[in-house]
Amino acid sequence: MSDERQHWPLFEVFIRARAGLEHKHVGSLHAVDAKMALEHARDVYTRRMEGVSLWVVRSADITASDPDDADAFFEPAKDKIYRHPTFYEIPDEVKNI
Amino acid sequence: MYTQGLDALGDESLHLPEEELAELEAHFQAKIDADEKIEPKDWMPAAYRMTLIRQISQHAHSEIVGMLPEGNWISRAPSLKRKCVIIAKVQDEGGHGAYLYSAAETLGISREQMIEQLLTGQAKYSSIFNYPTPSWADIGAIGWLVDGAAIMNQIPLCRCSYGPYARAMVRICKEESFHQRQGFEIMIRLCEGSTAQKRMAQEALDRWWWPSLMMFGPDDANSKHTGQSMRWKIKRFTNDELRQKFVDVTVPQAEFLGLEVPDDALVWNEETEHYNFGPIDWDEFQRVLAGHGPCNQERIRARIDAHESGAWVREAALANAAKQSKNL
Ligand SMILES: [Fe+2]
Ligand SMILES: [Fe+2]
Repeated sequence: MSDERQHWPLFEVFIRARAGLEHKHVGSLHAVDAKMALEHARDVYTRRMEGVSLWVVRSADITASDPDDADAFFEPAKDKIYRHPTFYEIPDEVKNI
Repeated sequence: MYTQGLDALGDESLHLPEEELAELEAHFQAKIDADEKIEPKDWMPAAYRMTLIRQISQHAHSEIVGMLPEGNWISRAPSLKRKCVIIAKVQDEGGHGAYLYSAAETLGISREQMIEQLLTGQAKYSSIFNYPTPSWADIGAIGWLVDGAAIMNQIPLCRCSYGPYARAMVRICKEESFHQRQGFEIMIRLCEGSTAQKRMAQEALDRWWWPSLMMFGPDDANSKHTGQSMRWKIKRFTNDELRQKFVDVTVPQAEFLGLEVPDDALVWNEETEHYNFGPIDWDEFQRVLAGHGPCNQERIRARIDAHESGAWVREAALANAAKQSKNL
């Protein structure tokens, strides 16, 4: 019963709610291939017109950053406050900047 | 204690020195206290993981088994409109099961393990679905009361500390409201109808009232998981708090229908501004939970049949996919 070959792989599902918006992750499902994953995604995640476009991608194909290393990994951005507009002092009388 | 699969989980904590574990747990609880969400790959105590696997998979099983009592009426719905509605509702419940199984899988248990636990009787599901649906009015009562109680339970779960569960619940709650309203509408139509139809509605309320109150689980004094689950913000309200809320909103709805809630002790309490209600038959609850309800065997049998008779489809689909990818 639990032979690996008998299991349908996992896919992640992304929906564009309407034109102009980005595709957003909504969940996952099992399917034998991408074509079936799309059909299942339509039935499982868009029963009420939640989207105008669907992406599916095999979960195994996603490379993710490691939450345990998140501090070190995202550290380079932390001390670079000069990347934010609030870092710069502009006198109040200067307008439109 | 739970399953073979779960013994392998929680490994993250096993090989750590005690101080380090205490530090991780303190950090984890601090995140929860600060209302931060926990995501699948974050460190979590083994007991948190197991509690969630148990709760989410039970919840998923309940959605799946919950399709059966209503599925019973798809072919006998009294009109085309009602047939479309009940099909859509049952399809939603299947979808709810799918969202929840996916959420549980992020914790390291496989879909196959969960299905096996359901089919072998190792896993529990909501006791409510072990009651029969002898009349069309039961479909009204299920939507009104069972989905109503489910909504009461599920809304606070949208703020649960575990991200994937909370997100699945947001999706589910959006869909539940139609379930309850279509059920109440069935009850309205029956209550406006002939004496016989009104009697059907009353009998369905009589059948489903007490099992619906049991859906909130054991009373607080006997609920062994409540304290820890509340500290972990998996649960936000106790079983008794939610049950009281349900009674308070549902009794006026029964009055609107002109139906009588089957509880002689039911009375509005001016002081507490809540309804007092009679004692729940916890022996019945335990009996049904232990597998001795009116339909336990029938429900599991139906799941096993569906799983086994669908096996060739799953295999054929895989074989076809393998063949297609070779042809590319
Ligand atoms: Fe549901
Ligand atoms: Fe529902």
